[in-house]
Amino acid sequence: MLRDEDRIFTNLYGRHDWRLAGARKRGDWDNTAAIIKLGRDEIVNRMKASGLRGRGGAGFPTGLKWSFMPKDTGGRPSYLVVNADEGEPGTCKDRDIMRHDPHKLVEGCLIAGSAIGATAAYIYIRGEFYNEARHLQIAIDEAYDAGLLGKNAANSGFDFDVYVHRGAGAYLCGEETALIESLEGKKGQPRLKPPFPAGAGLYGCPSTVNNVESIAVAPTILRRGAEWFAGLGRENNTGTKLFCISGHVERPCNVEEEMGIPLRELIEKHAGGVRGGWDNLLAVIPGGSSTPVLPKNICDDILMDFDSLRGVGSGLGTAAVIVMDKSTDIIKAFARLAHFYRHESCGQCTPCREGFGWVERVMDRMVIGNARVEEIDMLFEVTKEIEGHTICAHGDGGSWPIQGLIRHFRPVMEARIAAYHAKAAA
Amino acid sequence: MSHFRIADDAHQPKTFAFTPEFQEKANKEIAKYPAGRQQSAVMALLDLAQRQHGWVTRAAVAHIADLLGMAEIRVWEVVSFYTMYRTTPGGRINVHVCTTTPCWLRGSDAVTAACKSKLGIGFGEATEDGQFALHEVECLGACVNAPILQIDDDYYEDVDGPKTEAILDAFMRGETPTPGPQVDRQTSAPVGGATTLHSVGGDD
Ligand code: FES
Repeated sequence: MLRDEDRIFTNLYGRHDWRLAGARKRGDWDNTAAIIKLGRDEIVNRMKASGLRGRGGAGFPTGLKWSFMPKDTGGRPSYLVVNADEGEPGTCKDRDIMRHDPHKLVEGCLIAGSAIGATAAYIYIRGEFYNEARHLQIAIDEAYDAGLLGKNAANSGFDFDVYVHRGAGAYLCGEETALIESLEGKKGQPRLKPPFPAGAGLYGCPSTVNNVESIAVAPTILRRGAEWFAGLGRENNTGTKLFCISGHVERPCNVEEEMGIPLRELIEKHAGGVRGGWDNLLAVIPGGSSTPVLPKNICDDILMDFDSLRGVGSGLGTAAVIVMDKSTDIIKAFARLAHFYRHESCGQCTPCREGFGWVERVMDRMVIGNARVEEIDMLFEVTKEIEGHTICAHGDGGSWPIQGLIRHFRPVMEARIAAYHAKAAA
Repeated sequence: MSHFRIADDAHQPKTFAFTPEFQEKANKEIAKYPAGRQQSAVMALLDLAQRQHGWVTRAAVAHIADLLGMAEIRVWEVVSFYTMYRTTPGGRINVHVCTTTPCWLRGSDAVTAACKSKLGIGFGEATEDGQFALHEVECLGACVNAPILQIDDDYYEDVDGPKTEAILDAFMRGETPTPGPQVDRQTSAPVGGATTLHSVGGDD
């Protein structure tokens, strides 16, 4: 188990003062100027050396992403955009960072901003997080008052501003280019890439979009050293990670653990185990609703990191572990997710807009078994047609759960269909 | 995509203007963005208009379009895209039940049933006296405290049927119960106490 000394989010549960005085006691804002004065190349190199991969789901190396920001911008400003539009079902970690450790995020914005040559950061927070946005704004105001933001921020010689932008209810704005559109005051529909945000993002200016957790861990990584972070977990899957454990466990919770912790250990040590014991486990969605489900036999010894989960056809995603015990109607659980992906489609691409409507209707029939067995294959095929054929990853994210269900629980679907027809015939 | 409906003319006030207090907030929002990019403040101004009036009226949309130098249709595009803008009078207290899978696994069906029976309305409806409106919502980003009942800006967490009824009863009496977990636990820590962070965290 990760030692407390190696935990970054020491106020994860809000047991201590979340404001500036408390944050300083926990080590935040300690000589931030010295980090900024390393210069952008050195900061980027250290972030690369730490092995940090983006914590928002895609797992792209953070240091590498920062290195894409141009140094010659032709006179345009550059921006850091923080994705705080947390809404992937199962995921609720950024919420804790913003309400209990907001200064880690604010300091992270300043440091990341200096490393990409940005003049300002916009933190795009989902509208429903009203109270979290309030904490964040108070933290930002405190930082300005203490000279940690604004002109010569934290005495670093670097000028930097941080703003909060509240969303208004749209899961899709978690997609980085939809988020940028939304920030510009438009409906949140994704843009075609290229151009990528590093070339032309917010207001057509070079921009980097990072997840809250990725930014909030940066100050600690740079303070304690890239080697420290890289020494946790294993190669290509380094560091600590916030895990959200929901569903059929005895004690659902958020917890920071070492990357690569066995799933079973994570659930049993921190969440009190599966309701009714490990043998009562049916399946786990390991990384938020988009990541394909894993049946119990895979859960028995799977490790929670990017490469292990990819190796079993799933993914770490946001590290939101959704546990389902044997009492679960697994078809219904996924029919509800089908509803989610249909509801959250922005409507721009036909495969997603029409395809997910179709998927939802078929899944609703699968729940009662009012279907033909061949329709299971058709369902799989349709998701394959949606996947990869849309502007953004929503088409993939909504297809994978259904594919995972069919891959591992096809017999349950067939039995449901057989039972329905047997009853109808009787 | 969500269902979108605008209140009919009979319910639409003729004019809208921010009160001085709300205008000051609006100015602060506009100032967050670079010169010429004031359109970025449209979401914030719609939210302010909704907080001032209770819902987003046609006149408010026209006023905001004017303030930000936008075509009205561009503001409507925003209003109709995001789920948090209410374009009908609805209810004064907005009750939201999250029914996405993680909340469903923890019993959101019972929360839904309690809301419907207590308020006597279904999703997308408002009580006759205009006090409550009931909404079904997707994942609120608080799944380890599922199921979640969101009332106006606050999350009531770890609820069940009876707890939901008690919370609604309190609102009916004009009270605002304390939000957060409705069982004995600290925020997102496990019931019974955290399994970590015993040796660090600064002074209490
Ligand atoms: S599913 Fe209800 S809060 Fe996430």
